[in-house]
Amino acid sequence: MEVPRYWRLQKQRYALVGEICPHCQVKIFPPRDVCPECGGEAKQPFSFSGKGTVFSFTTMYDAPKGFEMNTPYTVALVKLEEGPVVTAQLTDLGEQPVEIGMPVEMVTRRIREDEEDKGIIVYGYKFRPVMAGTH
Amino acid sequence: MCDVVIAGIGQVPVGEHWGVPLRTLAARAMLAAQRDAGGLKPQALYVGNLLSPVVSHQSNLGTLLADNAGMSGIEAFTVEAAEASGAGALRAGYLAVLSGYVDVAMVVGVEKFTDAVGPVIEGAMSETMDYDFEATNGLTPTAAAAMVMRLYMQTYDLPSDGLAGFPVLAHENALNNPNAYFRRALTREGYARAAMLSTPLNLYDKAPYADGAAAVILTRPDRLKKALEHPLVQVRGSGAAIDTLALHDRHDPLAFHAAVVAIQNACRHAGILPADVQVFELSDNFSVYAALCLEAGGFAQRGAGWKLANGDELSLKGRLPVCTMGGMKARGNPAGASGVYQVVEACLQLRGEAGANQVRDARRALTLCLGGPASTAVCHVLQTWQ
Repeated sequence: MEVPRYWRLQKQRYALVGEICPHCQVKIFPPRDVCPECGGEAKQPFSFSGKGTVFSFTTMYDAPKGFEMNTPYTVALVKLEEGPVVTAQLTDLGEQPVEIGMPVEMVTRRIREDEEDKGIIVYGYKFRPVMAGTH
Repeated sequence: MCDVVIAGIGQVPVGEHWGVPLRTLAARAMLAAQRDAGGLKPQALYVGNLLSPVVSHQSNLGTLLADNAGMSGIEAFTVEAAEASGAGALRAGYLAVLSGYVDVAMVVGVEKFTDAVGPVIEGAMSETMDYDFEATNGLTPTAAAAMVMRLYMQTYDLPSDGLAGFPVLAHENALNNPNAYFRRALTREGYARAAMLSTPLNLYDKAPYADGAAAVILTRPDRLKKALEHPLVQVRGSGAAIDTLALHDRHDPLAFHAAVVAIQNACRHAGILPADVQVFELSDNFSVYAALCLEAGGFAQRGAGWKLANGDELSLKGRLPVCTMGGMKARGNPAGASGVYQVVEACLQLRGEAGANQVRDARRALTLCLGGPASTAVCHVLQTWQ
């Protein structure tokens, strides 16, 4: 990932910072310039809790460049408690089978191998199953 | 409004053209279309392409391809709309001729996959998605289709081979297409044994990426100085629409809303209903997308599109033949060129030149080309011109 892009996306990738629409209060992630619900301009930051459930998922055997070392890995659509759905890898699954509706929570993990030896290790959000007894 | 007709068509066999450069691949289709149109010279070239800047490190294809094919001095540029690029280029060419500003337009869709392999291709295709929030988390178009497929299968309670009918039909229809990548039959047993690419999506649920180029020449009938040896096909309607780029931003990922709107607009423009066509060339780049295309066109209720492929309705002799020359699955999927291949194949049907795969009394066809999970949809209505 390019250095400027990595720097620019830090708040989203490390802390799930999206937006709350000042006009209709809908919560938005990833950030957008115009609220998809009311059409007003959206620019007020909002930090998501990182709690959600699996909406759909897939285990991938053919990886794109930069992810070859991780295959097979599981990517999911995670529906956040606050409403939006995000695309993220699932992690710390162990032997646990993934199911639609499974509760998950955000963790920060190494996302991909560095490309072209620029020295950047790309970190970002993944989601893991909610541990029994922690909620 | 004036009539806009397709005066010439050309295509190269879809496959692995390791030794053929992108410009030559395109030129073969372009010159074939020009010969088919009685040597008509285009004033403009609209190129449909997706990968060239990433995979072949080549931009400005409009100029390159026109220059290489001896068309110096004409207007030329690229239309890019992910896998719908070719269909988008056709719409650009159609609007140009319809407007009266261009008398003869050439449209070429070209894709060169074999300049790279494996992870580089998956990575390049991922750039059609939201790069910051989908691709950087390891998602690919195949994985997105797999998540749609899982939702579809779970929501509508499909058996594990519920979508097998689409690739089986595509392979059957490709047997008689000399331009198809895979000219061999596929059985349901073969489907059931296939390796997983991205669960629950297997090898046969995905159309294979391959090299290809297809071209058409558009003009007004009064611009043709002499009669051609083949019938003319009229572009009767055209429509295009977008949805959210990212799958995660959809309220309902199983509603291909952009496809619904593009089909409605093209059919309204043509003054027909979708049911008034005899051929439907749809996007079967993933088997579940074929089902959702049928539902978007109103050919099946929501959740019932997959059932059509398990009977005879979609076969060449059925009520609504689809993928008549093998579709993207078996003809092969040259991404940004696929939309032009669909139109060339629909023309073969409407001209009565589809050989063993000829659909009887085909007078009108619908083509629907998707970019991503119907993030973009482009639809055309074609009919024989009289």
